[in-house]
Amino acid sequence: MTHTFFSLELAYWQQTLIKLLAGVAFILALTGAVVYLYLFKFVSFMQSRLGPMEAGPYGSLQLLAEVGKWLQKEDIHTENSDRLIFGLAPAVVMGSTFLMFVVIPAGPNAVIADLPSGIYYVLAMSSISVIGILMAGWASANKYALLGGLRAAGQLIAYELPLVLAGLGVVIQAGSLNLQSIVASQSSGEIFGIPAIGNPFIITQIVGFVVFMIAVQAELTQTPFDMPIAESELVAGYQVEYTGIRFLVYFIAEFATAVGFAAVASTLFLGGWALPESWGISDDAMHVIGPIVIAIKAVLLVGVVFWVRFSFPRFREDQLQRLAWKFLIPITLINLVVTAVLKVVL
Amino acid sequence: MTAITDRQKLQYIAAKAADARVNVELETEGMILNIGPQHPATHGTLRIVAKLDGEQVILAEPMAGYMHRGYEKLTEVRTYAQITTLVNRIDWLGSFANEVPFILAAEQLMGVEAPPRATWIRTLLFEMSRLANIILFLGDMGVQLGAITPVFFAFRDREYVLDQIEAVTGGRFHPNFDRIGGLKDDLPKGWLADTKGVMDKVRTFCDQIEDLLLGSEVFQQRTRGIGVIPADVATQYGLSGANARASGIDWDLRRDNCIGLSYPQLDWKVWTHPDGDSFARFWVRLQEVREATKMVDQLCDGVPSGPIMAKVPRIIKVPAGEAYISTENPLGEMGYYIVSKGDLTPFRVKIRSASFNNVSITPWLLRGVYVPDIITILASLYFILGDIDR
Amino acid sequence: MAPKPKMPGVLKGLGVTFRTAMDTMFPDGPLHPPSPSKGAATVQYPREKETPSPRARGVISLEEDNCTACMLCARECPDWCIYIEAHKTLAPPRRAGGKPRQVNALDRFDIDYSLCMYCGICVEVCPFEALFWSPEYEYSEVRIQDLLHDKERLGQWMETVPDFEAYESGSESKVKKVPR
Repeated sequence: MTHTFFSLELAYWQQTLIKLLAGVAFILALTGAVVYLYLFKFVSFMQSRLGPMEAGPYGSLQLLAEVGKWLQKEDIHTENSDRLIFGLAPAVVMGSTFLMFVVIPAGPNAVIADLPSGIYYVLAMSSISVIGILMAGWASANKYALLGGLRAAGQLIAYELPLVLAGLGVVIQAGSLNLQSIVASQSSGEIFGIPAIGNPFIITQIVGFVVFMIAVQAELTQTPFDMPIAESELVAGYQVEYTGIRFLVYFIAEFATAVGFAAVASTLFLGGWALPESWGISDDAMHVIGPIVIAIKAVLLVGVVFWVRFSFPRFREDQLQRLAWKFLIPITLINLVVTAVLKVVL
Repeated sequence: MTAITDRQKLQYIAAKAADARVNVELETEGMILNIGPQHPATHGTLRIVAKLDGEQVILAEPMAGYMHRGYEKLTEVRTYAQITTLVNRIDWLGSFANEVPFILAAEQLMGVEAPPRATWIRTLLFEMSRLANIILFLGDMGVQLGAITPVFFAFRDREYVLDQIEAVTGGRFHPNFDRIGGLKDDLPKGWLADTKGVMDKVRTFCDQIEDLLLGSEVFQQRTRGIGVIPADVATQYGLSGANARASGIDWDLRRDNCIGLSYPQLDWKVWTHPDGDSFARFWVRLQEVREATKMVDQLCDGVPSGPIMAKVPRIIKVPAGEAYISTENPLGEMGYYIVSKGDLTPFRVKIRSASFNNVSITPWLLRGVYVPDIITILASLYFILGDIDR
Repeated sequence: MAPKPKMPGVLKGLGVTFRTAMDTMFPDGPLHPPSPSKGAATVQYPREKETPSPRARGVISLEEDNCTACMLCARECPDWCIYIEAHKTLAPPRRAGGKPRQVNALDRFDIDYSLCMYCGICVEVCPFEALFWSPEYEYSEVRIQDLLHDKERLGQWMETVPDFEAYESGSESKVKKVPR
């Protein structure tokens, strides 16, 4: 179980430690880039304004300033709140985000743990955040937070199903739950007899892709599915009583989860870290290029998520439940059946 | 210590019984939620006490008064020029519109008629204040529903209108421009051409809002059929302005009871909608903005020449009497009832503000509605707290 | 009644925001490098400053020679923010051999800008054209006491008063002159 890294023999624990640190650094760097690009700049341009321009050139250090600001705030809690659960809730949400990144591959070997149940694990871990949100909503001792938490519970559980079913279509087509083999089957396959672009599942699973992105939007509680936060009604919903470092954890978790889901989506539908095999890039080069490729794909998909977020009003929660149960789930079930039939036939 | 009266005992029992009924039928307690007075959705310091069953409203009661500034009492010790300044701040978004009915009522008492040029430019600025006000509404309705982009477009394009108002009056938000007998000053050179350019920008904005908000299926699902006000209920509660017209009531003071302004000489139409839901109120106001831009174009073309001010004494003492004039303000029907005893200051000024009546319908309207719909309904009714509380 | 969208309205909405983002990033067209500072509606104060219109009510300036301390502005101010003190003095006669005239000389003429409503009643009501509006607005202070502008400071604002503009055609008003 040792692995040579720059001809150094590393023990398993050292290897894991390096992978963990590199993984966390990668996630945080991507999150920071996404926050700057989309939350500060792209949304500003969509609204005909400039966004932060003072902190650093063109406002690039604004995120650092925000982090510093949140870190130096007082750690307060409401009088009637349940202190233990109130404090643990952000940790649960953040934990589920980071656990999700454990299986996402960024190169031929750059994955923290290549579990055989890859995608199943990812979707299971992402649903732990529901517990964190409910804890926050209940422990805040605030009626607005409670409303937000309850709405979140209903919404997130409802949209788990389209997420899973859309992912299942990909699993059937790839023939495996493991994310590395899904990536491999996309890069080494061919579609319509043309090997030049490989076989990105977005082409054959376009329905699944659209449903997956809608479900991702709902899982991230972004507009048009942001009832749990609902800025103009509940004023930050379940996060309303949080400030300081705990709010920072929610903030980072929201964007890190966005990057995570986008990375999963790009792995499932766009080919992940791999470029089509017909382009003939060697495996050694992919060690370096792989992370860059998946970063670009994930950032593009996060861009779509944020573009939709800032363009639409929000659904009421009974409308969004109706959308999930009566519309998205039947579509994904049909997609699943068609994929299964075609997989056997073709 | 007074004994508890029988009436109080009965009230206490009835309140407990109501709670008990809710408990028994639904096995839950109604939760009392205070929306406001500090809340992003209530356009200011309005407090709505809502008793909720889960997400559904059992009863809701608006409590205004957090912004009461005592206008009607202040006017008793202010001269007419000073009152004009104060009155700008009632409906602070379309502020020129607040001065107009007051000045018209004072002119009626004095028996002074403003020259045609003054009346024309008064109408022009009145319509521009309507634009400034309703453009903000169009963006604000988006924010209340979750779309945060349209409001930036609204503020950006409203700035052009405010810049034009500033070029004439000197103040973006508080023009303080109307005087008994006419206006304070005349239009600067080049203003009319600039204003027509601004109207083109406003029309582009309306098209953008139509694509971004009105046509969006999400918006339509959130607003169609929400907060339906039948026409008879609307008249009973005294709704006015776009709220009434969205319920199908074809009543517009600019056409039906125009005093002192130049509307009869313009070619325009009144927009109504039969549905009476939140979508209708948004749609009517969007069409009104477009209509207002067309009216401003006509007004810019045909300004009559002449003096801007009639012959009025320097120290204004309005003769004794009473007068009530109401006009079609951006928010609805706003009226001033001035009672004068011949002094420098009026004896009493009663301000009939549109938003007070528009908000009074909320207890009737918010029964059985979901919490997000409360926000939609409040946003579509469109009141300004300064107008409710004065 | 509302127009039926042929394309799903949600997609049209996405198009509007995307087009606005592109207009902001590439105001000169897609072939030039991006310059959002030019395309956005933001004015980056204090690096760029918008010039307010000449009639903008920024600050009130005093032409001391015209003022006769008639107290009309102090009386009409809704906030009572003008403080005037004057004394009677003798001025030389207009023609040689005449009587010396009694005039009011200003001791103190302060406007408290922490109270001022910027309504303009004082400027309008002054019968001797001693007060003028200037569009200057950058006079924020750290202490509230510094917002009380005294006679000298109000006189200095006179340099920033723009000339009165010409009127639109059809106007019968005469353009006033600013004493320089």
